[in-house]
Amino acid sequence: MENGYRPGVVVRMPFERLTKDEIGAIDAASMRLLEEIGLQCFNDEAAEIFKSNGCTVEPRDERSQTVKIPAKVLKEFIAKAPSKVKLGARDPKNALMLDAEVPRIYFGSGSETNVWLDAHMEDFTSERDPKRRRRLAVFTEQRGTVERLCTAARLAEQLENLDFFIRPVNIQDEDITPDNHDVNKFYASLSNITKHVMAGLTDIGQLDNIVRMAEILAGGKEALKENPIVSFITCTVKSPMEMVDDATEKLIQFSKRGLPFVVSSSPQGGSTAPVQEGGMVAQINAEILSGVALSQMVNPGAPVIYGSVPVRARMDNLHDMYGAPEFNQYNIDCVQMARHYRIPCYSTAGVADSSSPGMQASIEKLFTHVPMAMSGAQYIHYAFGLLERTNIFCPAQAVLDNQHIGMIKMFLSQPKLGEEDMDKTFEQIKKVLGSKQKLYVRFTRKGLRDGSIYPHYPFEADGGDGVIEKALAKLDELLAKPVKGVSKEQENRIFNEVPGIVERLRK
Amino acid sequence: MDEIIGKIKTNVIQGRVTSEDEGFDEGYEGQPATVELVEEALEKGVDVKELIVEGLTGAMDIVGQNFESGKYLIPDMLASAEAVGEAMDILSPHLEGAGMESKGKVVVATVKGDLHDIGKNIVSTMLKGAGFEIVDLGTDVPTEKIVQSVKDTDPKFLGLSALLTTTMREMEGVINSLKDEGMRDKVKVLIGGAPTSPEFAEKIGADTHCADAFQAVDYANSAKN
Repeated sequence: MENGYRPGVVVRMPFERLTKDEIGAIDAASMRLLEEIGLQCFNDEAAEIFKSNGCTVEPRDERSQTVKIPAKVLKEFIAKAPSKVKLGARDPKNALMLDAEVPRIYFGSGSETNVWLDAHMEDFTSERDPKRRRRLAVFTEQRGTVERLCTAARLAEQLENLDFFIRPVNIQDEDITPDNHDVNKFYASLSNITKHVMAGLTDIGQLDNIVRMAEILAGGKEALKENPIVSFITCTVKSPMEMVDDATEKLIQFSKRGLPFVVSSSPQGGSTAPVQEGGMVAQINAEILSGVALSQMVNPGAPVIYGSVPVRARMDNLHDMYGAPEFNQYNIDCVQMARHYRIPCYSTAGVADSSSPGMQASIEKLFTHVPMAMSGAQYIHYAFGLLERTNIFCPAQAVLDNQHIGMIKMFLSQPKLGEEDMDKTFEQIKKVLGSKQKLYVRFTRKGLRDGSIYPHYPFEADGGDGVIEKALAKLDELLAKPVKGVSKEQENRIFNEVPGIVERLRK
Repeated sequence: MDEIIGKIKTNVIQGRVTSEDEGFDEGYEGQPATVELVEEALEKGVDVKELIVEGLTGAMDIVGQNFESGKYLIPDMLASAEAVGEAMDILSPHLEGAGMESKGKVVVATVKGDLHDIGKNIVSTMLKGAGFEIVDLGTDVPTEKIVQSVKDTDPKFLGLSALLTTTMREMEGVINSLKDEGMRDKVKVLIGGAPTSPEFAEKIGADTHCADAFQAVDYANSAKN
């Protein structure tokens, strides 16, 4: 921890694709889209707010209006968005500082998958030669439940390279309905993790209950403002360029409360956005900025985060495709656009197209983990355990991802080349050159133990599914650690004051 | 066990040669380490045999267990072996008086044409740490010099190292020269180095192939005269 938040990694000289001129060209195209073509807005209150702040609003059909935002108005309001957003945590040492001016990166989980993938090892015998045996991983798909969400949060607490928690599994319990879905998902998360918790809301009517729960855990209204242990996500725009009713209502409410939230858009290149880089980025940028501007019209200074999740369409089935080179192009461009507007960026990396954990999954994930980390995106979600795009969460894969992300963080850490470091190194070389054996091994000992020297891949195995077997052993070890739950008093208050939480979530 | 022997044992396990060295655990820097403590023990007239058996060999047993269990890595093991080696240098003039013999001499060399010495040095350190006396001839050593050294020092073991496929053939020349001089049966020949293998060892008539320093120590400890 430094200055009261998790250190993350500050990326030196972040990798950039776009020149200043190219950023200018995308900015101009986004402005032109919003000014000349405009948004199809399905939320009347938002249309009214846009209108009263100098935008043109024209009726479109019985359900929607066209909102055209002049570039001048857009720029005026996005400039009001804060460049720093603090995301708090139950344990204040786990707070995050997202600063658009600093490429400090954090990694977290994400996506509300419906499938939880369990794995175990079995021995198989060759039909042709019974003496030949192999030990392989066997996978079982399970439904997401509130208990599994608790387990995911407990695991996330223990994964040292996971900086924030967005629930990776959807709760599908029969006794949990849209009315009490939000309170249960937030309580299951918050009562099992001391890191920051972010989520979307199913029902905006539950916002008061979530805020109440967060206040109890943070220590009151003011304490929650200082240490916002929860934040929200809203996808106001359905691509292309439709501002939807309920998500926009959520944006307005979040803005009024002054709690941090992400305005996210996720167009698919080739289907709901142009596949070409320039068109995709111009469109998603316009979609996100329209939400950012609206939030600042509602409450100037509201802590909003630029949420970019552009993906590529796969052309044999129109599914999202994450392991595509264009994915990195789109996403790095968005990181640069957010930096240009001085708004912290919620970005994406680490989704595998593969349906099972292991080699293909890890390769696909690293193909986005590394460049997106190098881009200096402040808040990289989807980074742990996701398989089959965003349909499956596999805890064993999350354990592997934690390892790989740790390696990336180390790779991007600051070099130690200060005067004292160099003097020490000189002395070391002098000492070794004067010795009989001329070996530097002795000088690796301390670093190997304090983690400043990379040891070796802990999941190394002799082929087959040995990697998964080792990941499963690590998973068991992590889940056996004690849960950092809430106090009995907090639990009682929450159960008394927040209706709808299922009894089985009591410890 | 004498208090100072206990301290020596701890410092060998910590892999500390001199007082400026760090240990495996925190907080040792600046305190006397193996070399200083062995000197102090000699001044105090501590029993040399007990010092070696309890302090050094006993420590290396624990270091070996720590390595087996994965707690220690090669640098830790080597640091401990180096500490024992330095201690043995100080103690060697006192061995006879204490009624102790060295485990035997080992001549080691990287063969002619090959300048690589990391493997050879690690093997030397580990063997020395295990109580053997090392005669290190260095790198790029001509066959005649190796044979002469075997003649002069009468070692139990000869360790030959090579990293290159082009130089490993020199090993066969050394073995043939030993045969020609009628000395082949007097010394066990251990070979090692990345391109070598058990099959190669057998083909050239070496006694054993060592994949790493631990195999060399195991072989030397278990080989009969």
